[in-house]
Amino acid sequence: MSRRASWQEYQKDIAADKYYYARSCIRQNFFPGSEKAFLDILSNDLGIDIYDDPLHTSCTGIGYHSDVVPLETIMTVVARQFSLMAEAGYENFISSCITSFGIYNEVLATWEEFPETEERTRKYLKEATGRELVKPRSIAHTSDIMFHHRHAIARKAKRRLVNVMTGEPLKVVEHIGCHYAKIFPKSGIGGSEFPYVLAGMIEAWGGDVVDYPERRHCCGFGFRNYLVQANRGSSIANSHKKLESMAPYRPDFIVANCPGCTMFLDKWQYAIAEMDGTTYGANGKGIPVLTYEEMAGLVLGYDPWELGMQFHQVDVEPLLDKLGVQYDPQAKYLGAGGKYIGKPAPVAVNCESERRLYEIRR
Amino acid sequence: MAHRVVIVGGGAAGMQTALELKSRGIEPVIVERNIELGGKAKGWHKLFPSFVSAADVMQPLALKVKSERIRCFYGQEVSEIAPDGVMLRSKERIPADAVVVATGFTLFDAHRKQEYGYGLYDNVITSVDLERMMNSGCVSLADGTEPKRIAILHCVGSRDEKVGQKHCSKVCCITGVKQAIELKQLFPTADVFNFYMDMRMFGPGYEELYREAQERYNVHFVRGRISEAAETINKRIQIKAEDTLTGRPLRMTVDMLVLLVGMSANYENPALAATAGLDLAPNGYFKAVDTFLGAVRSQREGIFFAGAVTAPKSLADTLAEASLTASAVDDYLKRKFNLR
Repeated sequence: MSRRASWQEYQKDIAADKYYYARSCIRQNFFPGSEKAFLDILSNDLGIDIYDDPLHTSCTGIGYHSDVVPLETIMTVVARQFSLMAEAGYENFISSCITSFGIYNEVLATWEEFPETEERTRKYLKEATGRELVKPRSIAHTSDIMFHHRHAIARKAKRRLVNVMTGEPLKVVEHIGCHYAKIFPKSGIGGSEFPYVLAGMIEAWGGDVVDYPERRHCCGFGFRNYLVQANRGSSIANSHKKLESMAPYRPDFIVANCPGCTMFLDKWQYAIAEMDGTTYGANGKGIPVLTYEEMAGLVLGYDPWELGMQFHQVDVEPLLDKLGVQYDPQAKYLGAGGKYIGKPAPVAVNCESERRLYEIRR
Repeated sequence: MAHRVVIVGGGAAGMQTALELKSRGIEPVIVERNIELGGKAKGWHKLFPSFVSAADVMQPLALKVKSERIRCFYGQEVSEIAPDGVMLRSKERIPADAVVVATGFTLFDAHRKQEYGYGLYDNVITSVDLERMMNSGCVSLADGTEPKRIAILHCVGSRDEKVGQKHCSKVCCITGVKQAIELKQLFPTADVFNFYMDMRMFGPGYEELYREAQERYNVHFVRGRISEAAETINKRIQIKAEDTLTGRPLRMTVDMLVLLVGMSANYENPALAATAGLDLAPNGYFKAVDTFLGAVRSQREGIFFAGAVTAPKSLADTLAEASLTASAVDDYLKRKFNLR
C-alpha cells in the first residue's frame, strides 16, 4: 500500500450541488472572510446552488461541550436546523464548523442507536416551534465540499501552491479538527488516522503535504481548555508540542479545517513568542495559519485582504510573496468602503528574531 | 484396502495428522493450496521457548511426508467439505472416508491498525517480517544501519474490539519475549522495549524465559499499549503510550517498531463451514464439539479438526493436537467399518 493510499478506504457520499449552509459561531467572528469566500467560490466560481439561511442559529455545541446545554436542548436545536433546511427546499446539510459537524453526526447517530431520543426530539421541536423534523439526505463539512470540488478549483486556478522564487512546491502542514473524524472515523475522508480532506486539496493545487510526528495531535483548543482560564496552559502546551514537532520540516504555512484549530495555532504562536521569544517560521517569524477557504481563495486569485487575511495574528505577507500574490500593503487595514480599521502594535511573532526579545526574558 | 482420509491443509497440523494416520495403516491425502508443504511455521526463524530452529522441526516433517509417499495435491483449494470427501475449486472431487480440516489461521493484516503506520513508515515492521529478516541473516533498519532502540508492541490485532479481534492470539507474548532476546543477542547495546497489556506466560518455560529476558538481557517491559506511531524527520519512529503502572503518558522515539501481529480466523471459514453445515465460533474459527473431550471433532461425524483452525495455538500444541486428531479419526473409522 503506497503512502497515504489508505484514505481511499474511507469514502463517503458527498453531494455535488444544492447545499444548505450552516455557519460557524467562531468563524463568523474570527474568520468572517473565509465563510464569505466559501460562498463566493461555490456560487460565483463553480456555479453551485448554496443557500445561506439567516434563520439558523448556533448549534449550541460550545455550550454542550461545556456542560451548560443539556442533550435534549441541543438535539432540539439540531432538529430545528434540519427542519429549516427542509423548509428551504434543501436536503444536503453542510456545516462550516467542525464542532457543529461532530454535533450533527453525533445527534444523528444517537437518534439511530436510541430511537426514543429521536421521538422525544420530534415532540419537543413540535411543541417549541411547530415544526416537523426532516432529516438531511447527506451531511458534510464544508472542507468535504471543497475537497469534492478540488479538481474543478484546480482547473480555474490562477496560481498553484508553488514558491515562485524557487519553483518548489510549498510545504504545507495540514491540521484536521478532532471532531471531524476522531469521533466517527467514517464521517471523514481518509478516516481518523490519515485524513485526506486537506491533503487532497494541497496535492491537487500543487503543494507538498508535511507528515510530521505530532500530525494527529490536538491543537489544544478543547472547550474546557480555553473556557476555564486555569486550563489554558494545557491548551498552549498542545499547540506548542505541535509547533515544535513541525518546525524542523520548515513548513511554508499551516492549513486547518476547524475554527478553533485555525485560531489557536495562529494565536498561540503570538503567545509563545511573547512568553519566551520562540518563533517557528523562517526569519524569526511565525508560520502563517490559513483556513482552507483562504488557501482556495489564493489559488483562485482572490485578494488576500478581501479574504480577511489581515485578521491573522501571524502576518501572511511572507507567504503571499512566496506565492507571487500581488497585494497592496497599504490596503491591509482598510475595511469596507476604504475605512481604516486600525493597525495592531508590532508583536514578537511578526518581527525579525533580533528584535523580538520580550521584557520578561531580560 | 486402506481407508482414505483427506486432510485439508499441509501445514504442521496437516503433516503431523497425515503421518500419524499413515502409521495407523490409514491412507492420508493432503490438499495444500500453496506449492509446497509447511504452512506459516516454515518461514519462522527460531521457536520459543527453546530457540530450536523452525526448520529443524518443519523440514523433517515434510521429508517424512515425502518418504512415506503420502499423496499431496499442491496449489489446490478446497471449495466444499463433507464427511465423504472434498471438492476442489478445480471441480475435482476427492472421495474419502473422513475429512480433517487443518487450514490453520490467517495472520492479522497490520495495515488495518493504521495508527501504527505499517506500510507507510520504513522502520515499522511486523513480527513475521522480523523472522524473515533473521532467516535472511540481516536484521537492520531500512537504510542498512543497526537499530539502537527498538520497541516491540504486543497484541496487534489481538484483544482489540476496534478491529473485530476480541480473542487472545496466545503465542504473541512469548514471541515478543523470544524476539526481544534475539534482538539483544544481535545488538547487545540496543535498548529493547516490550509494550504489553498482560504477559500471558502460560507454557512450560515461558515464565522462565520472561525472567531471563529481564534479568540477563535487560529487556524493558512497559505495561501499556502504544496509541500511535509516527515517523520523524530522520526516519525514526515516535511512539506514544501510557505506562499504566506509573499512570503516566509516555512518548519516546525508537529506530524500529515491531508489531506482534495476532492470529485471525481464515476469511474462507464461513463459506467452507457452510458447505458442511458446520458452526463457527464468534471469533470466526471453526467450532469444535467441546474443548474437553471433543476438541478435534466437528458437529458432523466424519469431519475433524487439527491445529489452529479452531483457535490460536502454538506449534507445540498444534503438533500434539494433530496426534489426537489422528487417534479420533482412527476410532471413528473403526467404529464406522466395524473393525474392532
